[in-house]
Amino acid sequence: MKKVFVSSVNALSVLGFSPQETDKSLVRNVSGIKLHEKPEISPLPFYAATINAEKLQAAFKEYANPGAYSKLEQMLITSAKLAEKDTSIPFSSADTIFILSTTKGNIDQLAARKGIKLAELASVVAQFFKNKNTPIVISNACISGVAALLVGKRLIVSGKYKNAVVLGGDIVSAFTLSGFQSFKALSPGPCKPFDEKREGLSLGEGAATLVLSEKESGVVVAGGGVSNDANHISGPSRTGDGLFKAVSVAIRDAKINKESIGYVSAHGTATLYNDEMECKALNQAGLSNVPLNSLKGFVGHTLGAAGLMESVMGIYAMEKSRIYPSCGYEKSGVSLPLNVIKESLYGSFDCFLKTASGFGGCNAALIFQKNG
Amino acid sequence: MDNFISSFIRISNNLVSLNGAPFFRGSAGEEFEGFIKQVYKSLGITYSTFYKMDNLSKLGFIAAEILLNTEKKIGFAPEKTGIFFQNSSSSLDTDFTYFNTIKDKENYFPSPAVFVYTLPNIVIGEICIRNKIKGENSFFIAETFDPEFMEAYVEELFAHELIEYALCGWVELFEGNYEAFLYFVRSGKKLSENSSVKAKLHSTETLKKIFTE
Repeated sequence: MKKVFVSSVNALSVLGFSPQETDKSLVRNVSGIKLHEKPEISPLPFYAATINAEKLQAAFKEYANPGAYSKLEQMLITSAKLAEKDTSIPFSSADTIFILSTTKGNIDQLAARKGIKLAELASVVAQFFKNKNTPIVISNACISGVAALLVGKRLIVSGKYKNAVVLGGDIVSAFTLSGFQSFKALSPGPCKPFDEKREGLSLGEGAATLVLSEKESGVVVAGGGVSNDANHISGPSRTGDGLFKAVSVAIRDAKINKESIGYVSAHGTATLYNDEMECKALNQAGLSNVPLNSLKGFVGHTLGAAGLMESVMGIYAMEKSRIYPSCGYEKSGVSLPLNVIKESLYGSFDCFLKTASGFGGCNAALIFQKNG
Repeated sequence: MDNFISSFIRISNNLVSLNGAPFFRGSAGEEFEGFIKQVYKSLGITYSTFYKMDNLSKLGFIAAEILLNTEKKIGFAPEKTGIFFQNSSSSLDTDFTYFNTIKDKENYFPSPAVFVYTLPNIVIGEICIRNKIKGENSFFIAETFDPEFMEAYVEELFAHELIEYALCGWVELFEGNYEAFLYFVRSGKKLSENSSVKAKLHSTETLKKIFTE
């Protein structure tokens, strides 16, 4: 089967606008989640990882007038622009498709009804890069990013396109803050994935881009799988069967042995039920000894960007032969063993697993591999 | 190997049609909520979760319920079934309902029961729970139904044997306007075990034709 490669990447979050910049905080175990008092979006102070608007505008000014674009549009375009710099893949080509992953899009514009349709948002981005193909949008809760990469891979394998610019983003808004608060899912401090004292998730905002191509480069999108728990629309499965199924399909699709997986980039939202479910699924898959982290303790849960950002940093870590600590983790708070990393680990690995799970009972798994 | 569409359903303008023939006609002038409740009651099922769903989920749930009732007679394996939906307005209809509960600082009452439906793929989750469907599932957003993309994407999954059956289509609802068009695809391999089933080739041309039927 035709192979699909990662040609270039970008991650844009509270910790920086590039993987290089983000890496500096990650290796030092420094979180970007801070206490915010913003009555305009939350009646109560909240912990979140937000992107400074002035800093974003300063970066965006290089490309266009920030006044004509929403915060999310600026984030997505800036992320894609920075990824474009590092590749020769032509973004405007008829052989390139844009694939957008987002859960809520321009949700801060709801009252003004401006650019709130997700297909419009995707068109704004694709048109910015003079790409004439109708962009594809995937909105599948918190697995959107991982699923979007799988869509990109398949469209290239099928021969429909040669390249895919897979990008995603979401912002921290009154909408999502109040919603997760109403679920009692927000952590009273920075989130602590897999830790015994975890009390919920922290929201983050971010954008990330992966440029996929049939053109050979150092990292392969080896395989993936998506499943549904068919159990509950807002609660993760108690057994982890659904995620286990997605992981099994991904391993089979990638044609690898599970022993070759050197790192697991978990979803790790730090809600009680999510982390416990993941622990059960990974034990079922025989991956409990593999070094694992969740990056959500660093940049929060960036929703539609999460799977992409975590893939970007996983690829960066694989290339630099390191595994980042799982920020916020001290002592295991899940019922079965997991090898959660507390301090940066240095050593080479050739293959890693990225997982995600979300509302609606969906699960996704993706395997990245070094080429050759 | 070719794959086949074994049934399709359309719900719009207070009419449910199954495989191109009228299945249920709602009262003239009835709003969506009243209409979909009429259809639900006509099915003679008891599934109290239905009343908790938002309108987008109710629409997709009812369309899937009727379609899968016909497919269950032929038989299919839920764990090898995928669900692939598309729409234009995502969950905006419920996004506005939820937004109205938080926009007024003096009257602020965010509800988790409403918030959970502010994602388009929840309708897929509801159908999966009802039918024990555990295969791959994706919700795509497009301005209009894109038969070319849907056909090609689902064919790719069949080709790699990731699914043997697929429930696909368009589930759109926003501010009173609604349209559902779902179809069920079976792998050619599975269909040959049931030669009595009348089916159409799963192709962009077929989809374009039955979308307007």
